[in-house]
Amino acid sequence: MSVTGVHKDAETMTMTINAEFDAPIGRVWQLWADPRQLERWWGPPTYPATMVDHDLTPGGRVSYFMTGPEGDQPRGWWRVLEVDAPHRLDFEDGFADDAGDPDPQMPTMIIRVTLDEQPAGGTRMAIETTFPSKEAMDQMISMGMEEGMTLAVGQIDKLLQNEATPR
Amino acid sequence: MVVGLDDRQQTDRVFHALADATRRDIVMRTMQNEYSVSALARLYPMSFASVQKHVAVLEGAELVTKRRRGREQLVSGNVHTVRQAISLLDQLEALWRSRIDRFGEILADDPNEGAST
Repeated sequence: MSVTGVHKDAETMTMTINAEFDAPIGRVWQLWADPRQLERWWGPPTYPATMVDHDLTPGGRVSYFMTGPEGDQPRGWWRVLEVDAPHRLDFEDGFADDAGDPDPQMPTMIIRVTLDEQPAGGTRMAIETTFPSKEAMDQMISMGMEEGMTLAVGQIDKLLQNEATPR
Repeated sequence: MVVGLDDRQQTDRVFHALADATRRDIVMRTMQNEYSVSALARLYPMSFASVQKHVAVLEGAELVTKRRRGREQLVSGNVHTVRQAISLLDQLEALWRSRIDRFGEILADDPNEGAST
């Protein structure tokens, strides 16, 4: 089990998840920096991702599509905000239209990745997800309920069941 | 219908209401059982009036509903609104948990592939 902790703040709608991996920091960074490796984990098995552009420099763009079981291909993009390899990656993550251009009607999220080498070996990864604006947050909330993140929906009930289990 | 774009104020009220620990506790309890305001007031080190205020905030955010029984006001949690409020963060958590699981599997298969440290 790699996840070591989760923190959710309902007021700022921030979700932070921490994980630890028994691998050197350079190796963990590769999973972000190498598009072929990134596409092995970014999308779920039912919606595998294919990276089209992958430019991890400040202002750079990553664009990708995912291929669903019905052949549907939702598209997404990142706008890279900050990079400090192999320690830090900040980007804005959004939905794209069919041409692959950012869809202004759709909300975006800000994702901050922090990697730290652990003294005893291994690497700690923290992912912080937040919203660029109150508007984006509200938009995601309204979408999230219906269609926004349908890919994760199957796991929600499991999650709620886990929460209901006495600790 | 869910929290729509026209319901921003409502969303604000929900998050404001849930930002307070006492109010979260009231929501959790009243989701399980109906409580009178006076029963709730006995649970917290604060005045009846303060608890009543908290309940009013929750009611405004539609996180709880109130009904009268004789002289008592009974409070119960609104499961629907609470689910909506927690749902997005839970979805984000589920999304990233599954990503991190796959991430970990790749590393377990190939812990050192071309690593440059």
